[in-house]
Amino acid sequence: MTLLRHLAAAVVLGLILVLLTIRLDPFRDYQIAEIACYVIAVAGLTALVGWSGQISLGHGAFMAIGAYSAALLQLHWHWPLYVVLLASTVITAASGAVVGVAAARLRGPYLAGATLLLAVALPSLALSDNNLFGGDQGLTVVANTPAFLGASFPLTRWQAWLTCGCALIILVLLANLARSRVGRSWRAAGDDEVAAALAGLNVARLRVLAFVVSAACAGLAGVLLAVTTSIVSPGAFTLTLSVALLTGAVLGGLGSLAGAVWGSLVLVLVPTYVTDVATSHGLSSSAGSNIPVVAYGVVLVVVMLLFPNGIQGGLVRLYRLAAPRVPAPHWRGRAQPESGAPVSPGPAKPPRASASEHSASEHQEEGSI
Amino acid sequence: MNRSHRVGLPAVAAVAAAALVLSACGSSGGSSSGSKSSALTASAPGITATTITIGSHQPLTGVAAPGYDEIAPASNAYFDYVNAHGGVDGRKIVYKYLNDQYNPTDTVSVVKQLVLQDNVYAIFNGLGTPTHLAVAPFLNQEKVPDVFVASGCECWNAPSTWPETFGWQLDYVREGKILGSYIKQHFAGQKIGYFYQDDEFGKDGVKGLDMEIPKADVVSRQSYDPTNINVGPQVAALKAAGAKVVVSFTVPAFTALLKLNSLKLGFSPTYVVSDVGADPITLAGLLEAYAKQGGAKVSGNALTQGIITDGYLPTLGDTGNSWIALFKKIHDTYIPKLPFDGNVLYGEAVAYTFVQAMLKAGRNPTREDLVKAIQAGLPQGPAVAPYAYSASVHSGMTGAYIGIIKNGVIVQEGPVLTTTTSATSPVSTYTGSAPAAPASGLP
Repeated sequence: MTLLRHLAAAVVLGLILVLLTIRLDPFRDYQIAEIACYVIAVAGLTALVGWSGQISLGHGAFMAIGAYSAALLQLHWHWPLYVVLLASTVITAASGAVVGVAAARLRGPYLAGATLLLAVALPSLALSDNNLFGGDQGLTVVANTPAFLGASFPLTRWQAWLTCGCALIILVLLANLARSRVGRSWRAAGDDEVAAALAGLNVARLRVLAFVVSAACAGLAGVLLAVTTSIVSPGAFTLTLSVALLTGAVLGGLGSLAGAVWGSLVLVLVPTYVTDVATSHGLSSSAGSNIPVVAYGVVLVVVMLLFPNGIQGGLVRLYRLAAPRVPAPHWRGRAQPESGAPVSPGPAKPPRASASEHSASEHQEEGSI
Repeated sequence: MNRSHRVGLPAVAAVAAAALVLSACGSSGGSSSGSKSSALTASAPGITATTITIGSHQPLTGVAAPGYDEIAPASNAYFDYVNAHGGVDGRKIVYKYLNDQYNPTDTVSVVKQLVLQDNVYAIFNGLGTPTHLAVAPFLNQEKVPDVFVASGCECWNAPSTWPETFGWQLDYVREGKILGSYIKQHFAGQKIGYFYQDDEFGKDGVKGLDMEIPKADVVSRQSYDPTNINVGPQVAALKAAGAKVVVSFTVPAFTALLKLNSLKLGFSPTYVVSDVGADPITLAGLLEAYAKQGGAKVSGNALTQGIITDGYLPTLGDTGNSWIALFKKIHDTYIPKLPFDGNVLYGEAVAYTFVQAMLKAGRNPTREDLVKAIQAGLPQGPAVAPYAYSASVHSGMTGAYIGIIKNGVIVQEGPVLTTTTSATSPVSTYTGSAPAAPASGLP
């Protein structure tokens, strides 16, 4: 049932996106592709941070692993695009497993520190061997429009279709995972590790698995970003990207996949929109070029003040205010971040209330299986 | 029970779609209609009866921004001056330069925005080798003129693969040859060390140097990675090899680091520094700032004293030069807050060249007309040597003079030298004379 519902939602969303990409100009299609890449990465991070309760400041590095794997596979072995996508995702998942094994032993700030190291060190590695990785210039990734779409089919529209298709697949998979035994166990371990262990869950294995899933998403996002921009270079995968991904997850609403979409929209659209406004109002370049960063900060502060649970949390709250007869949310609903994962910005409601909701619905869910 | 869930995805989809459509509508109302009485037409994308819109990618923030972020405002100042004096055939130039933070991935985004959304007529003076290499294939595929790239990479001269792309400044191979020939003449038989950036910039420079300097004289070749500021080991190696002359193809920050590290090791060779890394004003500021961070106090001008470099535009200190006077006047009127340094001079000079090319392209030019106009050759303008532009050559300036930094200004040393990028062609003295700037300031 759940699977069908998710698939139906994905198909509807997919149709809307197809219509949208046909209506909009090529640059908007390019932006949609960019947004879809971010959605994949942020959704993966949501699984890790929002559900399994771990943190990663190093997801930009996983994107780099995926992107560089793809470029190298394509350059040296000339694999077709779809195989490259799959293979790079698997490679990144494997690297996620390695990091996950180390991460499973670390908590809170120590885990943040370790993943931070990854974000800082890995892009420099790309500069270590200029013949292999192409140095600052990086490597090119070729992704032409497939022949069956015709020669005149716009490249950016095809890129938007490819990335949005992947993003929808990932969202459906993650949404199902969240409702599966694994998803429930992640939440249990994320909320209270000791209780989860006492209940018989293998917490360490769950934590590694979360890293694998999350890294695979980041890897796929990295490949698709490389395909969209047709280039892989160290400059694209800085610490700023890793932090931006986490910001996107928190802004959108930690723990919610819809939140990942909101977060990605903010990450991509706000800087371009603000730059446009700044330049059209004739701001001096030194001020204008710093405005996007300021806007980003302002959006972050405002969202966190008004909606501590992110944009999606805020929308759900507004919706509930407008329609007060909606029953208390099921735990699968968007109230999840309120249960206070370790890094969430703090519950708006007393944690106990949401915890009781949580356990009550948990029982229902078990009963329904 | 599941109602809150059902609100989820479709609602997100609908609102997201609405947001995109709205923001698309918000930004697509740009094109204005021309007046009927004029013969000026919207002859190409980015050209209306009243405006010519061009775009660029520039590092306005980030590591490459100090100094280089003055270039686009300086170009814009020159365009403002032209616009205030009748424009180009009556059209005003609108220059939209976006920040790519010197990050190739950002470059792709901003250039796609400029071409696909803002519909610019041409990309002008996109800054940086790694950044611009990321977009040159795209611009050529879209047939967008890609003129006067702000980088001396030899790679822009590829008319068969990239027919739309044109270099402007003296390329690094020619520059290496000119510096190399000076070293060969003045430091014959001395031990020479190389210090260069490990990318196209440094490698092209070394390629040129090697065409002139005998291999046996080069005792050490050290490269650096621009993201790692620890160049102590390389400087120590140069010292250990006994180099008496250090030739440096570096950006300003690394020229300063080379100098300070040498000072620390008591190593005092003669420095020969590429033009991009030798602007005395930028260098002196960096030297003082870095020394201060390390708890020392140095005089920037004392440390830059005697550095040998080259120049392809008139020297800033030559106030009697008509070009310097013109560009100083425009600087003082439009961008008085910026220092009048090498970057500002560069930005104004390259803008002048663009106006020259636009005037040659005709009254109602297509994109192809601009490419053809440049291929037919451009008059010399502010450059000290002629341009090489032709149908088969897309690189710009062909020569430079040797200069020595004295008391914080570059002083020309000897005549203007010209050469080609071929290993067999000699470096020869330019016998022509540089034209004076037009009194109107317009080409």
